[in-house]
Amino acid sequence: MPRIQPDEVRTIAALARLRLSEPEIERMTHELDAILEYIDTVKNLDTGNTEPMTHAVPFDCPLRPDEPKPSLSVEEALQNAPRRHDAFFEVPRIVPGSGEGA
Amino acid sequence: MASPQVVGASIAELADGVRARKWKARELVESFLDRIHRLDGRLGCYLLVDADGARWRADQVDAAVAGGRDPGLLAGVPIGLKDIFVTRGLETTAGSKILRGFVPPYESTVSTRLAAAGAIALGKLNMDEFAMGSSNENSAFKPVRNPWDLERVPGGSSGGSAASVAASLCAGSLGTDTGGSIRQPASLCGVAGMKPTYGRVSRYGVIAFASSLDHPGPFGRTVEDVAALLEVIAGHDACDATSIPSPVGRYRQACAAGLAGLRVGVPEEYFQAGMDPEVEAAVRGAIDEIARAGAKLVPVSLPHTQYAVATYYLVCTAEASSNLARYDGVRYGHRTAEASSLEELYSKTRGEGFGVEPKRRIILGTYVLRSGYYEAYYGKALRVRRKIADDFRAAFSKCDVLATPTSPTAAFKLGERNADPLQMYLADIYTVAPALAGVPALSQGCGFTRANLPIGLQLIGPPLGEEAIFRVAGEYQRRTDWHKRLPKDPS
Repeated sequence: MPRIQPDEVRTIAALARLRLSEPEIERMTHELDAILEYIDTVKNLDTGNTEPMTHAVPFDCPLRPDEPKPSLSVEEALQNAPRRHDAFFEVPRIVPGSGEGA
Repeated sequence: MASPQVVGASIAELADGVRARKWKARELVESFLDRIHRLDGRLGCYLLVDADGARWRADQVDAAVAGGRDPGLLAGVPIGLKDIFVTRGLETTAGSKILRGFVPPYESTVSTRLAAAGAIALGKLNMDEFAMGSSNENSAFKPVRNPWDLERVPGGSSGGSAASVAASLCAGSLGTDTGGSIRQPASLCGVAGMKPTYGRVSRYGVIAFASSLDHPGPFGRTVEDVAALLEVIAGHDACDATSIPSPVGRYRQACAAGLAGLRVGVPEEYFQAGMDPEVEAAVRGAIDEIARAGAKLVPVSLPHTQYAVATYYLVCTAEASSNLARYDGVRYGHRTAEASSLEELYSKTRGEGFGVEPKRRIILGTYVLRSGYYEAYYGKALRVRRKIADDFRAAFSKCDVLATPTSPTAAFKLGERNADPLQMYLADIYTVAPALAGVPALSQGCGFTRANLPIGLQLIGPPLGEEAIFRVAGEYQRRTDWHKRLPKDPS
């Protein structure tokens, strides 16, 4: 019984905003099934009394004073934008309407 | 003025020669640029060579020396940077088409520190896309070839960083290690490389793959070169909240400190069936040599080792799937030509821009973080990760350093494993547990196979135990000459 079906890969790809072709979905389903079978070995280990480890070293989130400091200029922040409009990153219209689209 | 012999030269020799005016930094740069020009077409180490920038910086170093100023520990030493370190004004891709053309407006902490110490960056080194891979075959641009055998892989993901040092296309380099990406290519290319303690070296300006596991670190021909580079790049950085405030150790000094009183642990789980017999013989021979040098050998056990690869691929894919969410075609990098909605812009951009391995890891990471699966996979992995870290803590109550193989095999052939991702993941079997635990680990050469391929010894220390590692590494290197063997230049 496979652990994962192509439809599940389609759902996950949609959640990840990642467009995959049909051949990619077929191949990935097959590969993920083998990987998940291997990964499932961790389920055999009893971890009932073990706290999750989220940091490799003991870590207290340090706080710094909340003071304004110089940062990237608008021009520097936008210099790599594939599309820009004035001082903004440009994206397709997200609010339906008939007005002039950017 | 003497003409510098850069092939096989150590960082200390090159920098001493610059300071003593035996040669100019500019001559070193020209020698390495000439080698890159002649040889890198066959090796594929560099994604970008910044010849003009390197010449300009070399002239600055030479002017400092001429003016009687000390340019720093790495005076005029030509180095390479894995293309995961952002460099202001110089294209940085992380080996991915989705970042092609990205010119960072800022500079990573480690490259800033190297430059301040007089090092000269020659360019950006090839890597597996977003540091995901163990063979460098996942670079979106070209594979890197192993200088010892051009039909074989250099290891990954920092394959360009390891191969360029092995082939004397730079004197030292920086890479990153998330599950073995410094140590495994160092082993396969016959150079030294270290993943320091998590947080010892700043991640500021390092393109993120798995933030709780990403460790920047150095490569060198000798362990002293690795120590010198680490002294320069280590230390607290206010720009990285996870960086450790403790003072930086005296790593070069530790290389010559000897082994008196040191206990070296040998974990039985790292010598199981399935490892290559030539690798096992070389590593056991190295451990015997370390014992002859005065260390006391202690048998230890790391009982959760068998779960490390599975735990690693759960944690790293979960973190990668969220870190890679930022590549959406809006702020930088590739953007699809046609999209009628924001969602289509995201999904088409990402589908076109990412290669196979990042896609696989985004899907796996999204799967294990998904509502309903989170506790069974990601939550479980975080608990097993603690058990793995506890194994190391227990072992280090009995010894100061652990000695193991770095990789179960020497370099494999291009194309041999990349059809089967699980087989590729198992290449990391000895390197992922120290990454999960965040403890420091170094790989150095300890022999060659009959086919003349390098074999690596891995030395693992407790948190901030870099100096103990360098004591063992320095003494072992002093007693052997594996680091003096050089690959032939490709014809």
